[in-house]
Amino acid sequence: MGVPLSYYIGLAVVLFTIGAIGVATRRNMLVVLMSLEIMMNSVNLVFISFARFRGDVGAHGIVFVVIAVAAAEVAVGLAIAIQIFKHNRSVNVDEADKLKY
Amino acid sequence: MISTSHLLYWVLFPPLIGAFFNGVFSRHLSRRVVHWVGVGMPFISLLAVLTAVLRLTGMGHDASVTATLFPWITVGTLHIDFSLFLDPLSSVMTLVITFVGSFIHLYSMGYMEEDPGYARYFSHLNLFLFSMLLLVLGRSLPLLFIGWEGVGLCSYLLIGFWFDDTTKAKAGKKAFIVNRIGDFGFLLAMFLLAFVMKGDLSFPGIKAAVLAPGSYFHAHLGFVTLVTLLLFVGATGKSAQIPLYIWLPDAMAGPTPVSALIHAATMVTAGVYMIARLNFLYILSPTTMAVVAGIGALTALYAATIGIAQNDIKKVLAYSTISQLGYMFLAVGVGAFGAGVFHLMTHAFFKATLFLGAGAVIHAMHGEQNIWEMGGLRKHMPITNFAFLSATLAISGVPLFSGFFSKDDILYQAFTHRIVVNGHQVLPAWLFQLYWALGLIAAIITAFYMFRLYFVAFTGSLRSKTAHPHEVNWSMATTLIVLGTGSIVMGYVGMPIEKLNVFEHFLDPVFEASAPFIHSTGNPTTMWSLMGASVTAAGIGILLAWLMYAGAWRNFPQAFTTKCKHLYSLVFHKYYVDEIYGALVVRPLMWTRDVLHQVVDKGIIDNIFVNGSARFVDLVGRGIRIVANGDVQAYVAAFLLGALALILIIF
Repeated sequence: MGVPLSYYIGLAVVLFTIGAIGVATRRNMLVVLMSLEIMMNSVNLVFISFARFRGDVGAHGIVFVVIAVAAAEVAVGLAIAIQIFKHNRSVNVDEADKLKY
Repeated sequence: MISTSHLLYWVLFPPLIGAFFNGVFSRHLSRRVVHWVGVGMPFISLLAVLTAVLRLTGMGHDASVTATLFPWITVGTLHIDFSLFLDPLSSVMTLVITFVGSFIHLYSMGYMEEDPGYARYFSHLNLFLFSMLLLVLGRSLPLLFIGWEGVGLCSYLLIGFWFDDTTKAKAGKKAFIVNRIGDFGFLLAMFLLAFVMKGDLSFPGIKAAVLAPGSYFHAHLGFVTLVTLLLFVGATGKSAQIPLYIWLPDAMAGPTPVSALIHAATMVTAGVYMIARLNFLYILSPTTMAVVAGIGALTALYAATIGIAQNDIKKVLAYSTISQLGYMFLAVGVGAFGAGVFHLMTHAFFKATLFLGAGAVIHAMHGEQNIWEMGGLRKHMPITNFAFLSATLAISGVPLFSGFFSKDDILYQAFTHRIVVNGHQVLPAWLFQLYWALGLIAAIITAFYMFRLYFVAFTGSLRSKTAHPHEVNWSMATTLIVLGTGSIVMGYVGMPIEKLNVFEHFLDPVFEASAPFIHSTGNPTTMWSLMGASVTAAGIGILLAWLMYAGAWRNFPQAFTTKCKHLYSLVFHKYYVDEIYGALVVRPLMWTRDVLHQVVDKGIIDNIFVNGSARFVDLVGRGIRIVANGDVQAYVAAFLLGALALILIIF
C-alpha cells in the first residue's frame, strides 16, 4: 500500500494553518496573497486526495475551477496591490484602510 | 325603438357626458358650444324621462322598470349590481329633477353670461344633475349613496364656485363637512343593514325581507329604530333639518341658479326621498316616526321665525327652504308619504321660481341682495314680478295655488293620522295634534315673511339711488314663465278629492306596504274645517305683512325692533346657533387637533417613530464602526475564529 489518506489530510491541515496564520498576521500585502494561495492549494490537495482514494474523478473538476479562479484572483489582487502601492507608497495592509468610510 | 330599460341610460348619462365634455375641454370651447352641450344634455334627459314615464304608466298598476348595467361589487355574499330602477316614486323624482333642472340650466345661460368660469359652471351643474338622477334611479342603498355623496360634492364645488372669495370657499367647505357628519350616520346604517340582509341591499330585496313572514325586522324593533334613526341623521344633514341645517343658509354664497337647483329643488329633497323609499322600514318603528315628524315640525317653525328677521333676499329664501323641508319631514313622519312627496314636487317648482326670481332681481340690481335697497320692482320687472308673486302665493298656501294643496294635505294628514301596530294605536293622538299646531303656526309665519319680502322688494318705490333695474333676457324670462306657471298649476294633480287625486294614486303602489300601519281618523267635515284653518292662517300672515310693510302699521316693525331689542337681535342672529356650535363643536375639535398635532404627531410619531428609528440606526452604526475599522486582517481573524467555533459546535 502507498501513503495512507490521513497523511495527505494532515499535510493539507498544516498547509491551511500556515496560510491562515500568514493571512491574519503578515503585514506585507504580497505575502498575504501568497498565504492565500497556500490555503487554496491545501484545499485542492484535500480534494485530489479524496478523489484518489475513493476512485472518483468528480473532484478534479472542482480543482480545475479553483485553479482558474485562483489565477483570476491573483491577477486582480496584484493589480489592486499595485494601485495601493502607487497611492500609499507601501504595500502594508494596515495602512490600506481608507475605504472604510 | 329603444327599450324602456335602455331609456334609463338615456336619462342618466347625458348629463355625465355633458359634465365630462365641458370639464375636460373647457379651455378650448366657445360659449356657444358650452351652453349647447351644457343645456342640451339635461333636455335630452328630460325627453327620455318623459318617454319612460309615459311607458311606465301604460304598464299598469305596480309596474317598474329595472336596468342592470353591470355587477358592481361581489364579495362573499355581498352582491351589488349597478342597476337602475324606475317605479312611480322615482318617476316623480326624475321628472321634477330633469324638468326643473333643465330650465335652471337654460336660465343659467343668461345669468352666468359674463362669468369667466362658464364651462366649469356648466360642467359642475351637469355633474350635479347626474348625481341626483343616480340618487333617485339607483336600485340599491349603496348606489343611492353614490348619488348622495355626488350631490354633496357638487354642492361643495358650486357653493365655492367663486373660490377666490374666502368666505364663499369657506361656505362650500362648511356645507361639505356638515353633510359628511350626516353621511356618517347613513353609512353606519347601511353597514348594519348589510349584516342583517346578508349582503343584499337593493330596495326590492329589503322590502321583501321586511314583508316576509317571521322576518328579522319584525322581531327586532330596536334594531329597526337604530337603523332608521341613523339613516335619518344622514337625512338631517342632506335635507338641512335640526340640528344639521346650518350649512344651507351659508350655501347661498353660490351663484343664484345653483341655490335654486341644489338648495331648493333637488338635493335637499334627497332625505325626504330616502325616507319615502324606505317607508316600509320606517313605519315599523313608531319611535323613529315620532322623531322624524317632530324634527320636521320643529324645523318648519324654527326656520320660519328666523326668516322674519333676515334682510338678505337669498337668506330669507334659504330659511324658507329649511322650513318647507320641515313640512316634508312632518309629512313622512306621520305616514303621509304621498303628501310629503307631493309637497316635495310643488316646492321644487315654487322654490326654484322664487330663487330664480331673486336671481333676476340680484342681476338687475347689479349684485345687491339687501331687500331694503330694492322696492317697486313690480314696475321695472313685470315678468319677474309675475313669477315671484305666483310662487309667493303658492308657498304661503293661498287657495288654488300649488303650495296650498300640498301643504294642506300634509297638515290634514298630520292631524288625522294614527300609527297602528297589531291593532293598537302606538302614538298618542295629542302628539299628532301638536305637530299639526306647530305646522299651522309655521304656516302663518311663512305667509308673513314671504309677503314681507314681496312687499318690501316689489312694491312701493325703489330705495337704491344707484341701481337701474331692467327686465331679464329671453333665457331667464322663459324659465321664469315656465316655472312660475308650474307653481300655479302643479297642485292640480293632487287635489284633495279622492277621484281627482291622480298624484297620490300614482304613488300608491310604492307605499302600499306601509298602508296597513296607518289609520286615518279623518272625514269630510274635519277636512273642510282644517282647510279653513290653513286658509285663515295664510290670510292672517298675508294681512299682517301687508299692514306692516305696505299699509297702515308701517311704523310697527321699527317700533318693535327698538322696544324688544334683545328678542330681535336673538332672531336676527339666528338664535346664535352658529356661535353655539362654534363653541361646543368646532372649538373642542380645534383643541383636539392642536393636542394631536403637538403631542401625538410631533411628539410621538415624528419624535419617537420617524426620527427615533433613524437615531437608533445611527447609534447602532456608531457602535459597529468600532469593529469595522478597515483592517482586513482583523476581519480574517474574526472569520477564522468564527469558522473554528462553528466546527466545534457541529462536532
